Amino acid sequence: MELILSLAIGTLAGCGVWLLLRPRTFQVIMGLLLLSYAVNLFILGVGGLRVGMPPFLAKGQIGSLAQFADPLPQSLVLTAIVISFATTALFLVVLLASRGLTGTDHVDGTEPEA
Amino acid sequence: MTRWLDHLLVLPVVLPLVAGAVMLLIDEQYRILKTAISIGTIVALTGVALALLALVDAPESAAVWVYRLGDWPTPFAIVLVADRLSALMLVLTSVLALASMVFSVARWDRAGAHFRAMFQFLLMGLNGAFLTGDLFNLFVWFELLLAASYGLVLHGSGTRRVRAGLHYIVVNLATSLLFLIGVSLIYGVAGTLNMADLATRIPQVSAESRGLLETGAAVLGIAFLVKAGIWPLSFWLPSAYSAAAPPVAAMFSVMSKLGVYVVLRLWLLLFGADSGASAHFGGEWLAFAGIATIVFGAIGVLASQDIARLAGFSVLISSGTVMAVIATGQVGVTGPALYYLVSSTLAIGALFMLIELLERGREPGADVLAVTREAYGEDDGDDLVQTDEVGVAIPAAMAILGLCFIGCTLVLAGLPPLSGFIAKFAVLTALFSPPGPGMTAGVPALAWALLGLLIFSGLTTLVAMTRAGIRTLWTREEHSVPRVRVIEIAPIVILLLAAAALTVQAGPVMRYMQATASALYAPQGYIQGVLTAPLGRIAPAKGGS
Repeated sequence: MELILSLAIGTLAGCGVWLLLRPRTFQVIMGLLLLSYAVNLFILGVGGLRVGMPPFLAKGQIGSLAQFADPLPQSLVLTAIVISFATTALFLVVLLASRGLTGTDHVDGTEPEA
Repeated sequence: MTRWLDHLLVLPVVLPLVAGAVMLLIDEQYRILKTAISIGTIVALTGVALALLALVDAPESAAVWVYRLGDWPTPFAIVLVADRLSALMLVLTSVLALASMVFSVARWDRAGAHFRAMFQFLLMGLNGAFLTGDLFNLFVWFELLLAASYGLVLHGSGTRRVRAGLHYIVVNLATSLLFLIGVSLIYGVAGTLNMADLATRIPQVSAESRGLLETGAAVLGIAFLVKAGIWPLSFWLPSAYSAAAPPVAAMFSVMSKLGVYVVLRLWLLLFGADSGASAHFGGEWLAFAGIATIVFGAIGVLASQDIARLAGFSVLISSGTVMAVIATGQVGVTGPALYYLVSSTLAIGALFMLIELLERGREPGADVLAVTREAYGEDDGDDLVQTDEVGVAIPAAMAILGLCFIGCTLVLAGLPPLSGFIAKFAVLTALFSPPGPGMTAGVPALAWALLGLLIFSGLTTLVAMTRAGIRTLWTREEHSVPRVRVIEIAPIVILLLAAAALTVQAGPVMRYMQATASALYAPQGYIQGVLTAPLGRIAPAKGGS
């Protein structure tokens, strides 16, 4: 379980960084998306991996991390997902504006001279 | 003390939120109404910030005010905390916001949609980030102000803004991801996100987890250093700031101070003297990064052909100076560094707005051409004409603009009589005075390096500003006197008057800064204040220093 999650995070982050450093805006936005997936999984992993454990208490129960999943990373991930989704959507608009104004999808707004 | 006063602390966040939301609903054609709302809100914010400053600085009350959102018990609640440093930054933000909002009324608010609403959301994010006492909440405020700033950096549109904005957005999105990694690593080790609670837990972290904690702190630190524009994470900053609309750029000059503020707050709180094995973690790195930033900024200032980029590099010099000076880790130096931070931010804000007035009526790219002509010696012919003009009348507008430009130069280069001189002088005096009576140990090499760099960066700023001033004010064509409205020049004059007020009132201001610095170096007051805040009531907390 830990191994699969670490491999997933590593693959996503690696691909994300590579794409982020590419010269086309579409590659950059895909890179940012993959990186944000990696980070979200990472946050989830920080709370410890537990299968089949609820993150909240029933009435009268006393919480302990032996029987319950840590709820805080889950709420952090939710916030992070919402925020990165919103900012990526905003970036998509800027990307299209840049494409429209400069006529190229290169991140610098000009094609490099060959 | 009434219950109303208790809620004063949440106003800097709620006021701009409500004002911004209301203005989204009002159609753009009701310009006067929207302008009145936005300026009224910022005036109210300034009042609230000044009231908070007076409250935390009052000798009989506690220096730390805590507001628990939802009134949950402290380590679980998200808290807003006002101490001297937060109150100072709130005042600085609102003064600068007032100036740039008034400036934008003349024409910039019509350059695109929803300028005023985004401006209010930016203020909300800044105020929230200055007030919050929770690490993840800080991330949320960062994202809020960044989202607003993405809109603002593109305000007015145009190819140059979109191109610079694209880089700005990518850099900041990637930085936010680093921020998240840092926060979650720290949470994984320490198990809390409340800054005060974190400070009490860090000394107890076991040796094997300490590496992970420090990695988290370092990753988090990188996120703030990008925001502050510290070399080598700052290449995006001059282009983004010089491409942004002038009132926006003026606000951004305080936004880059947010990075400096967070480093100052978290570094001294989490890695202060009594934080066990991790004490002063990363201090040398901060010092070297700060020094490298000053050098890079100073060279950049000299190399800039266009004044807006010059102002962008001045932001770097200012951030770098504060960072390097703070990283010396001495109480006596931090107070003057805060004074420098305030005075240089005011001057850079004024300069960004002044540039637009100076550039008005000149052909775009005139500066670049002028520098090229100077470099190739193709400047002959003009001089003969100029010699006849002894005693030529200077138009009033040019005279005022020129005086403002001189004012900005004096503050930024650190020349007397304005506040820049006092700031640098106080920093250097504190660096070279022994830390306590009887301790006459040699002056460390870092102090000598800082002495040289402060003077060097002042000199390069002076050279660059003089060159730019001569080019835009003296050797200007007769017919291109800019048409300047009072409402545009007034905010610049007010910001410079604020710098002058800092000079005249240097004694009380410096005492406040020293009190801020000593509270930062004794974080027990902050920690106790936050952790022992009584339930049901908001303030004042016990145990404040």
